[in-house]
Amino acid sequence: MKKEVLKVLSNEKLTETIFEMRLSGSSPMLPGQFVELLIPGFSLRRPFSVAEYDKGILTIIYKVMGRGTEEMTTIKKNTKIDTLTGLGRGFSLSGSEHPLLIGGGIGIAPLIYLARVLYEREKSVKILLCGRCNNDLIKQEEIGKYGEVFFATDDGSCGFKGNALEAAQSLFKQTDHYYACGPMPMLKALATNNKKGELSLEAHMGCGFGACMGCSIQTTDGPKRVCKEGPVFQAGEVIF
Amino acid sequence: METEKISLGTQLFGYQLDNPIIPASGTFGFGYEFADYYDINILGSISLKGTTKEARYGNPLPRIAECPSGMINAIGLQNPGVEKVRTEELSKLKRYYSKKVIANVGGHSFEEYVYVSSAFNDSESVLAVELNVSCPNVKGGGLVFGNDPEVLGRLVKEVKKSCTKPLIVKLSPNVKDISEMAISAESNGADAISAINTLLGMRIDLKTRKPVISVGKGGYSGKGVFPVAVKMVNDIFKAVSIPIIGMGGISSSYDVIEMMMAGARCVMVGTANLIDPYACKEIIEELPITMKKLGICNLSEIVGCASI
Ligand SMILES: Cc1cc2nc3c(=O)[nH]c(=O)nc-3n(C[C@H](O)[C@H](O)[C@H](O)COP(=O)(O)OP(=O)(O)OC[C@H]3O[C@@H](n4cnc5c(N)ncnc54)[C@H](O)[C@@H]3O)c2cc1C
Ligand SMILES: Cc1cc2nc3c(=O)[nH]c(=O)nc-3n(C[C@H](O)[C@H](O)[C@H](O)COP(=O)(O)O)c2cc1C
Ligand code: FES
Repeated sequence: MKKEVLKVLSNEKLTETIFEMRLSGSSPMLPGQFVELLIPGFSLRRPFSVAEYDKGILTIIYKVMGRGTEEMTTIKKNTKIDTLTGLGRGFSLSGSEHPLLIGGGIGIAPLIYLARVLYEREKSVKILLCGRCNNDLIKQEEIGKYGEVFFATDDGSCGFKGNALEAAQSLFKQTDHYYACGPMPMLKALATNNKKGELSLEAHMGCGFGACMGCSIQTTDGPKRVCKEGPVFQAGEVIF
Repeated sequence: METEKISLGTQLFGYQLDNPIIPASGTFGFGYEFADYYDINILGSISLKGTTKEARYGNPLPRIAECPSGMINAIGLQNPGVEKVRTEELSKLKRYYSKKVIANVGGHSFEEYVYVSSAFNDSESVLAVELNVSCPNVKGGGLVFGNDPEVLGRLVKEVKKSCTKPLIVKLSPNVKDISEMAISAESNGADAISAINTLLGMRIDLKTRKPVISVGKGGYSGKGVFPVAVKMVNDIFKAVSIPIIGMGGISSSYDVIEMMMAGARCVMVGTANLIDPYACKEIIEELPITMKKLGICNLSEIVGCASI
């Protein structure tokens, strides 16, 4: 964990509710780790996964959910933001030659960086992007550079019509390990069906670095903090 | 005035503290994890996470809700149980921290408080036991002990019989008259008072139309509670003569001085650590500079000076 003042390089709209912010001055981050931004006017920091990291430049992709993320959309280029970087433990990067990445909605964000790193390590990467409709499936082109991409939408507007678990069934047969990030019901369904994977979880956070116990989940190995031992957990250890 | 002449030192139960800054219970874990961020030996002392007899997971998530000037928590006293705290957590902390610490004790019965507080009798690194009689999170727990002066007095008396460490009684602000509680604690043998614990609060999620916190309500802390805490510390100062450890919303060296002027001998910093992991370090570094600005040489000269 490092406390750093990052500078906003850009803050652009990707869809009606999803934005991409690029910030400079960040210490190195691993796929699956997260940062916490202190948004002026708010007392707690907001956690976001790293969606890309390259030579000090950090990208986050955020969805407008409430007042904090709404405020973030107004942040201008060159604004300085008090940030905690390098939080949490990320995805394991070795151990699988045929990984499957499953992203649901805004949960696609951390998989972009993960997909690139796995691709650079010459893994044969498959990526399943899931959402309610085509509009949810962000960054299709970019992700496509790193592996074979599959789509699933609830309304059938893109790819398979159905949910993540249904779409993942056939892909599970071609992989020995999966990485998933998305809504809790999706993660629960995947983990119940297949334990050979890793899940990136969310929790309301008091601190983000292990001090308050605000984010503890129950696991087969006792309580663990999403912000410190997580946010990435083994699919088999999470007690839903 | 030269900064070198300024003294931050203070005494608690005859033990010299290098400065009056102590991270508050529940906002600093068991301390050692902060050693990754800075040398924690600069801290006056550390109040450890509230400890109970058995290990506790605490309340379901969400346990945290944001407020305009602070936060609400309902952790529900998650801790690994007193045996682990005494044997594992204290020895881990000893590797990074050479001074004495404060063991914070929670409980759901007289017996549990007595058991847990006396479990630290032989722990050399424990300076004192801080009795959390006010945790508003645990069903049927804290509220009862901290809300009735008679019950509180009995609890303090019971604990004093077997706990050999100096006893700090940490008071709840969720009472009609906090001085009455302080007097009851003092007259039953408390060696110091710490105050305030969190104020009861609630936030509602406008989309789900339900409370944000899983168990409905929780404890409100952070900057917003500061003036309430200053007033309560001053009320306690006027009511008792044992030392007071003041806390509630402290986030700068100015707040430290104000809390001491209200009557606190030392202070605890809680929520500020969660928003800025370096908060205590920054306050300790700022304090002599602020004292110089205000013409304060020695902190002991200001304790309670604002009482009228
Ligand atoms: C490890 C981690 C990584 C995340 N990565 C991303 C990401 O890459 N992109 C993205 O869009 N979102 C991500 N989130 C969720 C994001 O943090 C929340 O959507 C955001 O905090 C909401 O803030 P708000 O003020 O708009 O919402 P409000 O509901 O107004 O927020 C009120 C409070 O609740 C907290 N809160 C609300 N929803 C969540 C949530 N789902 N998780 C954690 N805290 C919450 C807020 O931080 C704030 O303290 C992540 C969460 C975690 C824990
Ligand atoms: C996340 C959190 C956990 C806490 N846990 C405890 C605890 O275990 N025992 C205790 O006596 N007080 C606990 N408190 C209360 C604080 O020690 C302190 O009394 C209160 O937060 C007011 O100070 P502050 O405004 O500086 O945070 C907790 C507070 C917070 C925010
Ligand atoms: S958010 Fe404080 S411990 Fe995880």
